[in-house]
Amino acid sequence: MSVALDPAPKFAAYAHPERLVSTDWLQVHLGEPGLVVVESDEDVLLYETGHIPAAVKIDWHTDLNDPVERDFVDGTAFAAVLGSKGIARDTTVVIYGDKNNWWAAYALWVFTLFGHTDVRLLDGGRDKWIAEGRETTTVASRVTPVDYPVVPRNDAPIRAFKDDVLAHFGNPLIDVRSPEEYSGERTHMPAYPEEGALRGGHIPSAASVPWARAAAPDATFRTRAELDTIYRGEAGLTDGDKVIAYCRIGERSSHTWFVLTHLLGFEGVRNYDGSWTEWGNAVHVPIALGTDPGAAPSPH
Amino acid sequence: MTYTELPAKLAEIQGDFLALEQPDRLLLLLEFANELPALPARYDEHPDLLERVVECQSPVFMFVEVDDDARRSVHLYATAPRESPTTRGFASILAQGLDGLSTEEVLAVPDDYPQSIGLTKAVSPLRIRGMTAMLARTKRRLRETGA
Repeated sequence: MSVALDPAPKFAAYAHPERLVSTDWLQVHLGEPGLVVVESDEDVLLYETGHIPAAVKIDWHTDLNDPVERDFVDGTAFAAVLGSKGIARDTTVVIYGDKNNWWAAYALWVFTLFGHTDVRLLDGGRDKWIAEGRETTTVASRVTPVDYPVVPRNDAPIRAFKDDVLAHFGNPLIDVRSPEEYSGERTHMPAYPEEGALRGGHIPSAASVPWARAAAPDATFRTRAELDTIYRGEAGLTDGDKVIAYCRIGERSSHTWFVLTHLLGFEGVRNYDGSWTEWGNAVHVPIALGTDPGAAPSPH
Repeated sequence: MTYTELPAKLAEIQGDFLALEQPDRLLLLLEFANELPALPARYDEHPDLLERVVECQSPVFMFVEVDDDARRSVHLYATAPRESPTTRGFASILAQGLDGLSTEEVLAVPDDYPQSIGLTKAVSPLRIRGMTAMLARTKRRLRETGA
């Protein structure tokens, strides 16, 4: 019961155009049976200030993270959340959010852990929708709960753990944090609260490509040609590369995971969601300082 | 943890949040966000006086003003965009909770006050960090200005 794809020419150049819809497309398809629009923001209150009509809210912290362990929810909890939002297993889900779809991409990545087939991002996200003067509402969306099956989470294809990163050395790593975090400067800022890591710097051999470089000023994704220049050109990725991306807790790198996987067509890209808050606190792992990526240690 | 020494307004805000169920705590935070007072006009002409809180994901600027009275009464002003209601809510809680306290009282506010108002479940520790940073910067400003 998949909803029609967006035939926008810009998307056709991407590896998987079916993963994006434009604001024009969404305007036309709003309210269509089989489609649920989800807002997922960095700011937990933003949805309440006004959202796309009939959109439901899914929060990365309260809905997608396990409340006790540092992990994502399990299949039972995921099924409960999605069912309560009126999302069935065959529903077409369009996710949008603030800040260049940063957290929307994170939600999409978590949906992918559970193998939800048809999940797309709104190109430009919340910012573009509002900038174009399109309708938003504070009226609560009426949802008819449905049954979502309990599907076990399948981490291996798209999620990397610390040990996976250690075994990955020699293959490309992308650090998507700010240059200051990458170099290690950030933890030396005097008199400011820490980022929650005991050590600063980056994983040796990781290329620095801040995640937001993939977004244009209007919050849409950059064109295929522009993205190729950044990731294949500057970062030196080539076809067949197995890439691991990381940031601080795995949200910004979800955005890069989306770009590499769905827009540029790399296969086997994994997001290391433990990221710097794990690596920078871990005992006996290698760290590189400064702007130089550093040599890859032997994999172990 | 006890907060017996919390100033009255901060204690009242804490009590109001803790009395609510989780989803309603978010709505109360939204109310605070909507109540964040506009900056006094004198700062419109002097944006240079405002300090950016870099720990927040959103562009939030603040300024701490100290009266010339014996107790050196404190006023906190902050501005954050409409698109950042959570940050506005945090700023509003502090602006209202600290307003008119003496410098000594502000410096005595527990650094973990932001963690004590029952929002870490609904808002996440990561987001709360922005409020912790605002409180820390306020205190640092007061120390720097020779309180």
